[in-house]
Amino acid sequence: MAMTVREVSRPARSFMEQIFLWEVCVGLMVTFRHFFVNLARHALRALGLKVEPGAVTIQYPEDPAVLGKRARTRHRLLKRADGSPRCTSCLLCETICPAKCIHITPEESPDPRIEKRAKTFDIDIGLCIFCGYCVEACPVDAIHMDANKVELSSYTREDMIWTMPELMDDVPKLPRALRPAPGIGPTVPFVSGSH
Amino acid sequence: MSPLLTSVLWTLIKVAFALFAVGLNIAGLLGWVERKQSAVLQDRIGANRADILGFRILGLFHPIADAVKMLTKEDFVPTGVNRLFHTMAPCFSLGFAFLGLAAIPYGGVVHVAGKAWSLVPIESPVGLLFVLAMLGLGLHGVMMAGWASNSNYALLGGLRGAAQMISYEICMGAILAAPAFLYGTLDLETMVEKQGGFLWGMIPNWGCFTQPLAFILFLVAGTALSKRTPFDLPEGEAEIVGYHVEYSGMKFGMFLMTDFIETIVVSGLAVAIFLGGWQIPGMALDGLSGAVLMLASFITKLLAVLFVLMQIRWTLPRFRFDQLLSLGWKNILPLALANFLVTIWGIYLWR
Repeated sequence: MAMTVREVSRPARSFMEQIFLWEVCVGLMVTFRHFFVNLARHALRALGLKVEPGAVTIQYPEDPAVLGKRARTRHRLLKRADGSPRCTSCLLCETICPAKCIHITPEESPDPRIEKRAKTFDIDIGLCIFCGYCVEACPVDAIHMDANKVELSSYTREDMIWTMPELMDDVPKLPRALRPAPGIGPTVPFVSGSH
Repeated sequence: MSPLLTSVLWTLIKVAFALFAVGLNIAGLLGWVERKQSAVLQDRIGANRADILGFRILGLFHPIADAVKMLTKEDFVPTGVNRLFHTMAPCFSLGFAFLGLAAIPYGGVVHVAGKAWSLVPIESPVGLLFVLAMLGLGLHGVMMAGWASNSNYALLGGLRGAAQMISYEICMGAILAAPAFLYGTLDLETMVEKQGGFLWGMIPNWGCFTQPLAFILFLVAGTALSKRTPFDLPEGEAEIVGYHVEYSGMKFGMFLMTDFIETIVVSGLAVAIFLGGWQIPGMALDGLSGAVLMLASFITKLLAVLFVLMQIRWTLPRFRFDQLLSLGWKNILPLALANFLVTIWGIYLWR
């Protein structure tokens, strides 16, 4: 088969484009407009007026991080109306987790209508890849990824592991060294995971 | 005090003013302006973190922090460089740029205490040629840096710089020939004096109105001569490495500063030749208040030109090297020569 040749027409440059000067002026008009509009906005905001900000910059550590409506952030374990976790320890999330960061210890539930409940439910945030499979796999809508917390760093690997009360926001997440001794602190007892 | 001593002292004071009050001050501020202006026009905030006791004042401490950083950094000299020339190159660049600054007419002649005081640091009947010569000599710093660094990249950067600056120096000469003939002098101060009064009784008799084409060409050639974007091919920080790859610490800072100082020199020339220098339309300036007004007028115009040049620097992308040279040789030079011919023809006809 013979090679086909395709003629690509290139637009001829007009005189105004060739002398370049007018195009420079057009570009300068854009940047000058941005400059003076932004300058006015900065000045008006400095005077306390509510106008649009002059810059799109979010100065993150001082201003809160802006997250999308559907952003997947840290996990949250949901509760029933009586305050007990919804989780039935079916281990579907643990099974589907590609990063193997979920560890559940099941135990028998005192409620006769519910077969099992989680004794411990640990998520190693340091391993989590935030894929959201656990949320999709859960049959009882017990786990969400909408805590809207992105500051999840810690100084040790152990501190990256979040336990069930912490995931339910019943107790604040504290570094291991700062946690109160069992029995004197929070009402929900700490149960260490299977690691 | 003998008249000679007085005049020497007065010249020293003026030169010191030019170097420290205008040169170093504005060059230091330009680093801040460059960051903030680019930030504002790109919808950003810009450097605002340097603080002294919690005061930030719009990031004005960043130039100080920069200077401290440059001065305390290790001055690394690679093996294989020609130490003497490697050290001399930034001094050449910066020194000649500073000398150019000393011949800019910041003000005219004022009469105070029964004597005539000229406010031009170096009074010379060939001030324009002096400034052009200093801008041209600055090229040696670039070439020396490129050659002495013993690095292929630096050498290529130096070559690019030499080709660009020589091309645009020729353009600059051709452009400035027209206003020089129009004013009939090479003395920058006389040029400014001839720009007093009005054209047809309404617009100021400034060079940008009598020589509009030369003014635009001068801004283009001036930007190219001071190696600023869109003509920053000798440096090309991001993709093509420039003549100062092998420099660090304050030696590198001196090259950066050269750019700013040369921009100030070019802006000063633009103000003196095309924007009426220290003239304020409709005002006769003399005496002490006149001197202050002259300085204020000149510095204001200088800052305005610098602002526009900075805006151009952040608006236009970099030229390709062949585009740069063809712009200089095929467009600017013929236009400048045509402008020159039309000007001398006009002067001959209307005289």
